[in-house]
Amino acid sequence: MNNLSVDNLIAIKDLCQEDIELIFKTADSFKQIINRPIKKVPSLRDITIANLFFENSTRTRISFELAQKRLSADIINFSASASSVKKGETLIDTVNNILAMKVDMVVMRHPNPGASKFLSERVKAKIINAGDGTHEHPTQALLDAYSIREKLGSLEGKKVVIVGDILHSRVALSNIYCLQKLGAEVMVCGPTTLIPKHIHLLGVLVEHNLHKALAWCDVANVLRIQLERQEISFFPSLREYAMLFGLNQSILNNLEKEIVIMHPGPINRGVEMTSDVADGKHAIILDQVENGVAIRMAVTYLLAGKIDR
Amino acid sequence: MQHVDFSTTKLMEKQIILNEQQFNLTLKRLSHQLIEIHNQFDDTILIGLQPRGIHLLAHLKKFLDETLAREVRCGNLDITFYRDDFRRREKPLIPSVTNIDFSIEKKRVVLIDDVLYTGRTIRSGLDALLAFGRPSSVELLVLIDRRFRRELPIQADYVGKTVDTLTAERVSVEWKETEGKNQVILFTPTEGHE
Repeated sequence: MNNLSVDNLIAIKDLCQEDIELIFKTADSFKQIINRPIKKVPSLRDITIANLFFENSTRTRISFELAQKRLSADIINFSASASSVKKGETLIDTVNNILAMKVDMVVMRHPNPGASKFLSERVKAKIINAGDGTHEHPTQALLDAYSIREKLGSLEGKKVVIVGDILHSRVALSNIYCLQKLGAEVMVCGPTTLIPKHIHLLGVLVEHNLHKALAWCDVANVLRIQLERQEISFFPSLREYAMLFGLNQSILNNLEKEIVIMHPGPINRGVEMTSDVADGKHAIILDQVENGVAIRMAVTYLLAGKIDR
Repeated sequence: MQHVDFSTTKLMEKQIILNEQQFNLTLKRLSHQLIEIHNQFDDTILIGLQPRGIHLLAHLKKFLDETLAREVRCGNLDITFYRDDFRRREKPLIPSVTNIDFSIEKKRVVLIDDVLYTGRTIRSGLDALLAFGRPSSVELLVLIDRRFRRELPIQADYVGKTVDTLTAERVSVEWKETEGKNQVILFTPTEGHE
């Protein structure tokens, strides 16, 4: 297998296991390149990529931008706050205007679930979903799985618990699909109000007790509490959440084994986890960030190979 | 990069242009030529081009290490991301491993590949190499030189065997490690030459 089965990266759900393995294998090479003195290769020097961010993002945007620059692509950045979206332009019009300037690929983040799928059916450029509302965030799931593979050797048979706000999280959904496709067992853990009602239909375990969840798992992927997505309160207070679902060093010390701690960032220190956990030896949070660039280079490279010329 | 999937190519006539004995003699001669120029290999580094040049490198290194009674410094270079035919192919090119864990700054580098054909692989190899530093010189060693087929002004400094071939023909270098036997085969289409 040396080609992706998809033309756009919209959702992990669309990928097969071979696709994910291919992305990982390609990312291995790119990880080597970004650790060299000269971190750049000329592969995509005739490709232009537009980064359309209709929602705030710092690290995903920087990670994509860096990945594109390392591949020598030309890039343009667009954020909704500074654009005609504010003047009432539709998504299709905005994108078509940008594509009229001969853009080959679009990386898009949008607050509405399905926005990137909608776009991929209507424009010719290759689309990479950088997060669409509460739907999926495929590159995050790929880099999370890649980081676990790097740390533990393989995903097969590993137990991963996703802790926190599962209801509002696109990272959780993409992670569930990605981990399952690679043979891992997945559990979600959080307050009842933040766990979707029918999530067990995806084949994941549900646990409301953090201690039990941590005793079960090999890896804990702790999600950020997304206060900006919560219009009503889903739990009484941040302090209570931190007491029931926050990781601290003494909880980890009481476990009989060592587990890997992950967080997609940005961390609310003292809420999802305390600083000694976030900066501790079990945390691979900064490895996730480094791997993010390699994974995004791999995805961009493989999709660019499918552009007709 | 001359390894082609022949399953789709019909009616090819097979001709062995280097049998196992000639193959091994040629490898020995190439190693001796390298020693003549590079003496003790103090400042010399051998770099094999992925994916097929690394077998040639491994064989030469074995001869050289035995003859010189020392470890000759070697590395493998993957040129996938430096190729000029990305997106002009059906499928994206999948990279192999690069392992050059030393500086090539001010070193004499010998690039090694199995077949020199259009010269485009070597062109990419030179680009890829420069990402690791500025060598004092770069030479090229190939097992087979398909002359008169060059698309770029690139020539080899050490050649195992020169062959005159048609574009429609294929040269396949086979290795003990991967195909079971050291030999070079020329495939010629039996009908409809170019």
